[in-house]
Amino acid sequence: MKENNKCREGGYNCVVCIKQVPDTKKVTGEAMKADGTINRAALPAIFNPEDRNALEAALSVKERYGGTVTAIAMGLPAACEILREALMCGADKAYLVTDRKAAGSDTLATSYILSCAVKRFKPDLVFCGRQAIDGDTAQTGPQIAEKLDYAAVTYLEKIDMDGDYAVVTRDIGTGVETDKVKLPALFTVTEKAGELRPFNVRRVMKYKDAELKGVAEAEAAGDGAAVIGQLSCDDIGAVTERCGFAGSPTNVAKIVSVVLAGGDYKEVPPTDEGIAGLVAELVADHTIG
Amino acid sequence: MSENLNRGEVWVFAEQEDGKLSDVPRELLGKGRELADTLGVKLAAVLMGDKVECLAKELFEAGADKVHLVEDSELKVFRGKAYRHAFVELIKECQPQIVIFGATHMGRDLAPAVASALGCGLTADCTDLQIGDYTDKKCACQGGEPKVVKNVLQQIRPAFGGNIIATIVNPYNWPQMATVREGVMKPLEVVPGRTGELVKHDSKLAGVEIPVEVLEIVRRHSSINLKGSRIIVAGGAGVGSKENFKLLHDLADALGGAVGGSRAAVDLGYCEHERQIGQTGVTVRPALFISCGISGAVQHLAGMQDSAKIIAINTDKDAPIFKVAHYGIVGDLNVVIPKMIKAIKG
Repeated sequence: MKENNKCREGGYNCVVCIKQVPDTKKVTGEAMKADGTINRAALPAIFNPEDRNALEAALSVKERYGGTVTAIAMGLPAACEILREALMCGADKAYLVTDRKAAGSDTLATSYILSCAVKRFKPDLVFCGRQAIDGDTAQTGPQIAEKLDYAAVTYLEKIDMDGDYAVVTRDIGTGVETDKVKLPALFTVTEKAGELRPFNVRRVMKYKDAELKGVAEAEAAGDGAAVIGQLSCDDIGAVTERCGFAGSPTNVAKIVSVVLAGGDYKEVPPTDEGIAGLVAELVADHTIG
Repeated sequence: MSENLNRGEVWVFAEQEDGKLSDVPRELLGKGRELADTLGVKLAAVLMGDKVECLAKELFEAGADKVHLVEDSELKVFRGKAYRHAFVELIKECQPQIVIFGATHMGRDLAPAVASALGCGLTADCTDLQIGDYTDKKCACQGGEPKVVKNVLQQIRPAFGGNIIATIVNPYNWPQMATVREGVMKPLEVVPGRTGELVKHDSKLAGVEIPVEVLEIVRRHSSINLKGSRIIVAGGAGVGSKENFKLLHDLADALGGAVGGSRAAVDLGYCEHERQIGQTGVTVRPALFISCGISGAVQHLAGMQDSAKIIAINTDKDAPIFKVAHYGIVGDLNVVIPKMIKAIKG
């Protein structure tokens, strides 16, 4: 049932920006190389967790008010995996921005490239995950919004539509806030917005082998075709100087692996005497008491 | 992109809500003081809001040489676009060389938008900031000498889920911007009566459309104050149940401390989200941290390893938590904690 009284004709065009990331929670001994750096290849590549919440927010807007959902990812062709997942969950269209010129992009360059891609679809609503678990910066979403001059709302927990406005609840750290936001707008979404729905069985059959095709060919295949459109920087009008290393002001000067090191370590036996001795020591050096 | 202006002031964003400053601006001023003194420039706080001039005094007493004040009724509550617009105009006018923000919800909303508008670099969630030289080896690759850029802001942060520590620099774009994790930088001692220069600026918001209207704010009134506690007792998945967590409260009560938890303990519903310690929770460094049934994932260690003394209680003698602990007790916390309480009360 659509919420007709709040609908507008044609519903809302939604774009969701998603990222394939290494599963940083699974960094174990095997994933560390001898020199202490991380072997990214040894980590499973996953659909960034909060981007799943962002996709769910978009799908729920479409379900309740009508419209379309377009998923966009930037990365290597392997990222088609998460775009297929998005299609299987209910996204109408999927696009991959993949280009050598984009290599080495920091958040400023990434947000520039994604803003060029998003612009192509003239969306009413853009959803991004709050942050990706490989960089944890939470910068790309607000920077895309700034470049498009869209209203930006971070830490989204809930969204309802009302004509040309969205009424949203967001976490402000010290509490929650309700905002009325004029479209077009971009939202960065937290896990509170809801878990991504499971795959739809019929869509799995249809989209599990969706192939990456040049954007012209993909779009000629028509609505609902099992294809992922490939976009280059030229296709979206992203100028070379603002992409990749050239468009990235930040430089990584140094990387060190985390080495766990405590101070002097003392093992205390779990006995009455052992623990009484420890407490006495802490009292003596004024840590407690 | 903005050009290299390696001379201006060091700025910190003094965020306020409901006309009150949180601890964050004081923490930023502590680090900012060090950076400004190293560079030999002034340390300034940027204060925005509606009728907030009275807060300038607190900022001077916390270490600011100067306060840049922007007052406008449009800035009464935080709204990204209004704050961004006013902040960008202020940076263009005054040309600071460094701008730091707290990595709070507000800072992480505002800083990226300001950096995007100025086309400058921004590093998120730094755990340390230093001034140093940067040797750019890219020039050497093109046949020239490596180029050395002096007095660059070195932005140090954990990345990749806390498994690596990266040093990021933005040597060619000004201002250099970073957000800083809450609770990591030390505030200075407050100097009552210390004053400085107050500079008032126009918000330049006339005619700017703000597409967001704040309808309602509901503040969480939490009595949990981990950052302010000298002693913290924290539990993880190994505590086993919400009921067992009560034991941690008993120990904390005996010591006059607070109770925290790892992400696992929060996810399992053993304790409230406000108690979460680690990369996605709060960072603490109490005088004493008693870790109970926490294995010690790097994300958790990032939020507590700077505690002055760490006691780890865990049944697994190989748990990583023992690597950062000063005292280790290999044993069942249900046995060990009552013994501790007895020893403290005895």
